[in-house]
Amino acid sequence: MRLDELTRADFPILDRIVNGRRLVYLDSAASSQRPRSVIEAMARYYEQNHANVHRSIHTLGEEATELYELARDRVQRFIGAPTREEVVFTRGTTDGLGLIAETIGRTLQRGDEIIVTELEHHSNLIPWQLVARDRGAVVKAVPVRADGTLDLDALDRLLGPRTRVLAFAHVSNVLGTINPVVDMVRRARRVGALTVVDGAQAVPHLRLDMSALECDFYVFSAHKMLGPTGIGVMYGRRAVLDSLEPGRGGSEMIKEVWIDHAQWNDLPWRFEPGTPPIAEAVGLTAAVEYYEKLNMDRVAEHEAALAARAVTGLGAIPGVTVYGPPAGVPRGAVVAFAMDGLHPHDVAALLDADGIAVRAGHHCAMPLMRCLGVVGTSRASFSVYTSPEEIELFLDAVAGLRAKL
Amino acid sequence: MTPSPSAGALYTDVIRERWRRPRHRGELPGATATAEDVNPLCGDRVRLALQVTNGQVEAVRFAGDSCAICTASADVVAELATGRSTREAAAIGTEDVLEVLRSDVRPTRMRCVTLPITVLAMALAQ
Repeated sequence: MRLDELTRADFPILDRIVNGRRLVYLDSAASSQRPRSVIEAMARYYEQNHANVHRSIHTLGEEATELYELARDRVQRFIGAPTREEVVFTRGTTDGLGLIAETIGRTLQRGDEIIVTELEHHSNLIPWQLVARDRGAVVKAVPVRADGTLDLDALDRLLGPRTRVLAFAHVSNVLGTINPVVDMVRRARRVGALTVVDGAQAVPHLRLDMSALECDFYVFSAHKMLGPTGIGVMYGRRAVLDSLEPGRGGSEMIKEVWIDHAQWNDLPWRFEPGTPPIAEAVGLTAAVEYYEKLNMDRVAEHEAALAARAVTGLGAIPGVTVYGPPAGVPRGAVVAFAMDGLHPHDVAALLDADGIAVRAGHHCAMPLMRCLGVVGTSRASFSVYTSPEEIELFLDAVAGLRAKL
Repeated sequence: MTPSPSAGALYTDVIRERWRRPRHRGELPGATATAEDVNPLCGDRVRLALQVTNGQVEAVRFAGDSCAICTASADVVAELATGRSTREAAAIGTEDVLEVLRSDVRPTRMRCVTLPITVLAMALAQ
């Protein structure tokens, strides 16, 4: 049985009728839909177990704490993190990248260098610009080549004794390029730089093993991987987390507090100030369990087949340009494209009239749009529930677009 | 929740016509004021050039990369402003443009309509 046939009935929202057509949801890279098991787990938690975590000495508090910490164990197993202390909950990828930038930022000196890439989402660029401005550091970018891959020779030339951080996306949210994490981490390590990987577009689609990737930080969101909004994960290598002062303060992240100083809590709570997103953690557990039941290798295979068909299908439509790796090269579950003479927002609005949801615009990657020489693109993206039939409906609709405006 | 409009309700004949054959697109040699702004949502860019003589808007031309709705709006804004006093032109609002476009524009696309109006105000303020 195909993966979409196996999962379809678990996602109630996919039965929605939009503009008289059954919804074809091709915007999972922006935010996926979630299965009933996630929605029910969160509702059950609120109806049965909710209290604040960690210091509530009563039954509900203990249950809530147990459920919250269970999420950490599930995520640890799912991403292959060596220890549970390395799994820190955040509010999402943007929050996690901001937390890392602020935390590392405190250690930066004037003239230190932060290397990003031209294909970064603004979330992995702006936090670095902010700390660079505060600390007198410099932000440099690895160029993107015409085939959508990063210029690693240029990376080697950029890396130097002042490089403190190399921050890059595992999978581009526009091009779908899968960047060679292990190779890039090893190059950065030669000059002693910390590596920060934005995994928002990789975690929902690839089997991951933090111990094999060797990066110092890896960040992602639950809402792109069948889980709820409002929670994300910052994996941090233990030796690195141990060496860093917390970037943000509040309750929960301390052991003992005086008026003018405090002693920090143990990992991972040292990086989790304030009441965490507890129900969201419960939802994340359900999402991870859902993925594990499906098997990530199968998920990757299903989505790769959909992306491959979309790339060749779009490429065969006159006037359509497809961005990113050419057909036959592995890519994430996104395909960005443009149609001559049609603005991406008009493409998205016309497809919506057929019940087809795609993303359009700069995809929070304006520097990359500048490299591509466009103001924006339209983007179709896929998840476990996306069917080959939906890809065909989408391709037919794109082929008929020009006649509609 | 109200259903989103069909393509026909959004892309009215007026919008299609003005997007395909805008009447006021182009350069304006002898412009006395120009202004440009960007829609942060989509990166669309609209530039308006005005020729103002003795407080009268004599001519308006627009340029830029934009979607069909924004292009149509810019064309209508240019048309509405032409021949008016700068004071009257500055009073042109979203409703005036929507009335001409006859489109059921949703909140997510409203900035496509208002961007040219903002740019007109910027140019008139010079």
